[in-house]
Amino acid sequence: MARSVHTLSIPSSTRYLGRVRRFVETHTRDAELTEEAIEQFKIAVDEACTNVIKHAYRGDDTQRIDLAIIIEDDRVTVLIRDAGRSFQQEFYRSPDIFELAESRRAGGFGVHIMRSLMDQVEYTSTGDTNEVRLTKFRNGRDSA
Amino acid sequence: MSNFSVGFRSRDHVQVLDLKGELDAHTASELEAAIQKCQSEGGYSIVVNGENLQYISSAGLGVFMAYIEEVREHGGDIKIAALQPKVYNVFDLLGFPMLFDILNTEDEAVDKFVKDSAEST
Repeated sequence: MARSVHTLSIPSSTRYLGRVRRFVETHTRDAELTEEAIEQFKIAVDEACTNVIKHAYRGDDTQRIDLAIIIEDDRVTVLIRDAGRSFQQEFYRSPDIFELAESRRAGGFGVHIMRSLMDQVEYTSTGDTNEVRLTKFRNGRDSA
Repeated sequence: MSNFSVGFRSRDHVQVLDLKGELDAHTASELEAAIQKCQSEGGYSIVVNGENLQYISSAGLGVFMAYIEEVREHGGDIKIAALQPKVYNVFDLLGFPMLFDILNTEDEAVDKFVKDSAEST
C-alpha cells in the first residue's frame, strides 16, 4: 500500500468533534483497520482535539486545529496540530476515579485514554506549533 | 455536528434517562442538564439507559463523575444499563465498574434499586 495522507482543518470548537470523528472513521476504515482500532482512533483523536480546545486554546473558538491521517504499510498515524499553549507532559498524572468522584470533579482522562488506546503518543512543540502524534501499528500491541 | 438527546421516563420511583447518539465534549452539557433536572425534581434514583448511545468520550464520563457523590449523599444512585460493547469498553478503560453499577438491562438496573433499598432497611 502506498503512503497516503488526508488532511482536515477545523475551527477550535467542540461543535466540530463529530466532523473529526467522521473524518477519522472514513480514512481508518479505508485503511482496512479493524473495527476496534477504528473506534480507538475515533476516541483518541476526539480526546486530543478536546484537550487542544480546552487547554491549548482555553476555549477560544476562533483558532484552528489541523489534522492529518497518514496511512502506511505498517502503521496509521494521526497528527493534531495547534498554535496554543503547549502540553507539559511531565506535570500530567492519570486521575484516580475515586478521588475525582469525591472532589466532584470531571476531566483529566483524555491523556490516559490516548495512552491506553494508542501504540504511541508523542507530543512535540516547535516554535508556535504544538503537535500530538497518535500511532497504531498494524501488527502492534492491539493489532490494528 | 454531534447528535445527542436525552429522553426522560419514570418507572417504579426511578428516573430513566434514555441516551441517544454521541456523547462528547460538545453534548456533555445536555447530560449534565438532564441529571440536574432529575435532582431539581427530587429524583436521585437514576438509571441511564445506553442502548442507543453510539459513542462516549471522557467528557461524557466526566459528567457521571461530577454528580455521583452528590446523588449518593441524597440516598440515590446513578446506575448504567444496556451499554453497547464498544461504549462499555470506554467505561471499563477508566475503571468505572469499580465505582458504578453497570448492568446488562434496564430491568436489572431498576431491580437493583429495589434490592438496594431492601438491604438498607
